[in-house]
Amino acid sequence: MSTVTAQETPPGADLEHQAEFDAKVAADQRIEPRDWMPEAYRRTLVRQVSQHAHSEIIGMQPEGDWIASAPSLRRKAILLAKVQDEAGHGLYLYAAAETLGVDRADLTERLIEGRQKYSSIFNYPSLTFADVGVIGWLVDGAAICNQVPLCRSSFGPYSRAMVRICKEESFHQRQGYELLMRMMEGTEGQRRMVQDAVDRWWWPSLMMFGPPDAESPNTRQSMAWRIKRDTNDDLRQKFVDMSVPQAEKLGVTLPDPELAWNGERGHYDFGEPDWVEFKQVVSGAGPKNAERVARRRAAHEKGAWVREAATAYARKHQSAEEATV
Amino acid sequence: MSDDVTGATGAARPEWPLYEVFVRGKRGLNHVHVGSLHAPDRTMALHNARNLYTRRNEGVSIWVVLAQDITASSPDEKDPFFAPSGDKVYRHPTFYPIPEDVPHI
Ligand SMILES: [Fe+2]
Ligand SMILES: [Fe+2]
Repeated sequence: MSTVTAQETPPGADLEHQAEFDAKVAADQRIEPRDWMPEAYRRTLVRQVSQHAHSEIIGMQPEGDWIASAPSLRRKAILLAKVQDEAGHGLYLYAAAETLGVDRADLTERLIEGRQKYSSIFNYPSLTFADVGVIGWLVDGAAICNQVPLCRSSFGPYSRAMVRICKEESFHQRQGYELLMRMMEGTEGQRRMVQDAVDRWWWPSLMMFGPPDAESPNTRQSMAWRIKRDTNDDLRQKFVDMSVPQAEKLGVTLPDPELAWNGERGHYDFGEPDWVEFKQVVSGAGPKNAERVARRRAAHEKGAWVREAATAYARKHQSAEEATV
Repeated sequence: MSDDVTGATGAARPEWPLYEVFVRGKRGLNHVHVGSLHAPDRTMALHNARNLYTRRNEGVSIWVVLAQDITASSPDEKDPFFAPSGDKVYRHPTFYPIPEDVPHI
């Protein structure tokens, strides 16, 4: 156990600790890894941060599929940089999770054994290059909506990781939208591709905010702990309000007949996502679940010799260093 | 350097120790802690830190330190460790009342 990660505290006699913890959270102060924290808070964070990390890592795949087939060197370089960023996001978050006393290798193990979840959005296929643009625009757009408030999350390492990530996400969204603008200036076929991709990704993007508040039992506690700062439905509304004018400018139609401005509410009304589909995809029956996890497992297993070689090299050099001292 | 710093499971998995990463954003600033990573040795830790934490000119210099080598004060903000600085108000300029009409002080 390192000196900068979480410490075990003896059970019982925690009332005073609890009061201090509550006061810190209420005063919007950050909880740091070595502070006392309720076990349930720690467990909730481990779950949320590691699922978030897994989502970033699995999230490399739908776009990664297009790196080799990018239509120009410019698009290839952009896509490579974007996918590399997502790997980085995963690593920032694994680092944050480790301050809670879990082990990164163990989390990877849990992911490839299907014992931990990741965002359902990445279980949909990316069928054409327009999907790359729509993922950047809508999926990264939804991620930004989700993540900006998490920059004020009560757990210090998580909120700091979110600050780094949010700085990088805006490039992700803009490159996607710009890609779509170019395609919309192209042929009729290209415009159809963009519309088709929008039709397929719109509803899964709305599902990224999680189930409706009424069916999200953990939201209340997470908000009380200030791990979460907004409810799922509030974030979803915010995303819809942001996306509608962007879609208009782009010249695409969002596939929701109920979408309409509501002057009274000052928001767009919109239809209900298919929550049955959502539950299926979350529980593993989405179009790409098995493939995504299998691929992550293959990458991990095929990389084993590299990790072993690097370890052997480090050992050899360390003993050489010790011998010369 | 031991193999089980992370206290992990599975002997078949080569465990890399945890390094804390500090980055100097630009000349004239201190190195600031930015996060951590695992690496087999110091050289790889530096390379990985560059790729992970400075993809957009976020730094001009990086330090990596084995996490297990860091000695930290206790986490409590009311730690008596910091008491010596708490009761020495005379260390602050505001301790000394100076009339308003004395310039440049
Ligand atoms: Fe990301
Ligand atoms: Fe992203």
